[in-house]
Amino acid sequence: MSDTPPVSDRPCDVILDGNRLRLAGHLTIDALQTFDRAAAAELARRAVVIDITETDAVDTAGAWLLVALAAQGQGGGADIHGASSHQAQLIDTVRANMPPPEAGSEATGGMTDRLARLGGRIHGGAGAAVELVSFLGQVVATIGGIILHPRRLRLTSVVHHCQEVGWNAVPIVTLMSFLIGVVLAFQGAAQLSQFGAEVFVVDLIAISILRELGILLTAIIVAGRSGSAFTAAIGSMKMREEIDAMRTLGLDPVTILVVPRVLALIVMLPALGLIADVAGLLGGAVMAWVDLGVSPAAFQARLVGNTDLWHFGVGMIKAPFFALIIGIIGCYEGMKVGGNAESLGRLTSTSVVLSIFMVIVMDAMFSIFFAVVGV
Amino acid sequence: MADAPVIRVRGLVTRFGRHVVHDGLDLDVRRGEVLGVVGGSGTGKSVLLRAIVGLLRPAEGQIEVLGQSVRDTPPDAYRRLRRRWGVMFQDGALFSSLTVRQNVEAPMREQLDLPPDVMRTLAGIKVRMVGLPEDAQGKYPSELSGGMRKRAGFARAIALDPEIVFLDEPTAGLDPIGAAAFDRLIRQLRDALGLTVFLVTHDLDSLHAVCDRVAVLADRRVLAIGSIADMLDVDHPWVREYFHGPRARAAKIMPPEPA
Ligand SMILES: Nc1ncnc2c1ncn2[C@@H]1O[C@H](COP(=O)(O)OP(=O)(O)O)[C@@H](O)[C@H]1O
Ligand SMILES: [Mg+2]
Repeated sequence: MSDTPPVSDRPCDVILDGNRLRLAGHLTIDALQTFDRAAAAELARRAVVIDITETDAVDTAGAWLLVALAAQGQGGGADIHGASSHQAQLIDTVRANMPPPEAGSEATGGMTDRLARLGGRIHGGAGAAVELVSFLGQVVATIGGIILHPRRLRLTSVVHHCQEVGWNAVPIVTLMSFLIGVVLAFQGAAQLSQFGAEVFVVDLIAISILRELGILLTAIIVAGRSGSAFTAAIGSMKMREEIDAMRTLGLDPVTILVVPRVLALIVMLPALGLIADVAGLLGGAVMAWVDLGVSPAAFQARLVGNTDLWHFGVGMIKAPFFALIIGIIGCYEGMKVGGNAESLGRLTSTSVVLSIFMVIVMDAMFSIFFAVVGV
Repeated sequence: MADAPVIRVRGLVTRFGRHVVHDGLDLDVRRGEVLGVVGGSGTGKSVLLRAIVGLLRPAEGQIEVLGQSVRDTPPDAYRRLRRRWGVMFQDGALFSSLTVRQNVEAPMREQLDLPPDVMRTLAGIKVRMVGLPEDAQGKYPSELSGGMRKRAGFARAIALDPEIVFLDEPTAGLDPIGAAAFDRLIRQLRDALGLTVFLVTHDLDSLHAVCDRVAVLADRRVLAIGSIADMLDVDHPWVREYFHGPRARAAKIMPPEPA
């Protein structure tokens, strides 16, 4: 009957004394950090009685340890002795709440599993595309309904969003476009002056700004500025069940939240595109004058005389389509937000990335289309 | 030492701008008791709770918890002190991107260095203790009912076996059976874990079932503190209305009126 040396000395001692396992010291969650459970379980296997008279603090974690050790004991489990009435109560509470026996966890990682996951992802992606298109249909139908019954339009809201997405974006769009004009003139001049064809820099700037860059870069800025704001605003309303509340009050969230935003974008994106065109040409003209000595008058004459108005038309035709893409995706992703904050963040970034991507895809399709029809 | 209050508030003044919420509030909470804090909506019960746990800096006054000043302790001591209490906020305040079990594990993960399987088991025990079903452990807060979220919030508050728990209206919005079960749970855990409970509540049944003493907040201070029987003698319109009203009678705080 020799005493076994303690398994861990501090702050909780475990001593096997014959078939009596004595625990002493603090039996708390802090003690568990350093407690050697495997060794204690080994000792507990030889015990009939677990004695906790010498412990001075037992919390839930300690009680769990006791119950787990007792279950290892001889003859289907050791008895716990020496608990104060409070400790006994705690031990009983914990025993009643022990985890159920482990159910075998499912094996994962097989080939079929991977295939199933791939299939699931494709199916999910296709489903999302269908949903997005049906959301587009819903918005278009609602706009159609508003055209028939104009009084349903939330005019205040439209004006508010026009200010948000349009007016407030003017400085950044102007500055960006001006700088793009400067860059184009500078880079173009370096190349064209090799052939003594400096004056063609006007055509270069006019065509690239009016046809492509002005509207495309504006759309990208608006997607980053306003598309994300749409998702965040609608998403946080969704999170706080405001959207559900609207539905129960007979208010249609598409009419109230989505249509004003989409309409505001459709109105304001062409306007911003126009501003971008003007600023871009201005930037190009300034640079052409400073760097190449093409006077503003010569620039203007060449611009008016030599540039087909269709270049401007092509740019402007694309604007409402880009606006629709940004607005629909921004609002749709907002509507998809679930109950947690993480989905809001994730969908906001999805909204920006997806709308910029779709804008560029759309731009490419327009290029092909205009090439085929020959403008 | 046994007599020293675990929470001691003296001369507390809190205000938001020019709106004074508390003006010279005093309060003592004794070790091991369940103190019910009642008062009309907007009387500053939640604000008092936030001031005591140090989330809100009062304009004036002293707050001592477990013998240490909450306002003036250095960050290190405050961190150690904070471990000795648990808070359940009015709407649960669970982390929405974590499952229930991860929510309960969160304080253990932050404060301690435990093996994952132990954390998992202990969190599971706490979740079962507060009466949540087994399948709730893997669910996200948005997938739970309001009552379940409260229970999960309670489980997180007691994750580290604190000495004091602050509960902000734990039974508000629960069905009567659920509320009664929650009351039993509070008592049971108080007895088992030796908790001191600071219980903000409106629920007369709760007061009757679990509270040892009641503190009434009115007129920007603790108007009265004592047993429920003491409250019946307080001469203040709100207190009289509250403890003598038909609901109080239904909760058997008052003897039924003779026919
Ligand atoms: N962050 C805050 N800013 C301004 N006023 C607040 C703030 N928090 C609470 N209040 C005000 O303090 C008062 C007490 O609020 P609270 O403690 O939440 O009431 P209750 O007793 O119902 O819990 C209310 O009048 C409330 O408007
Ligand atoms: Mg409150």
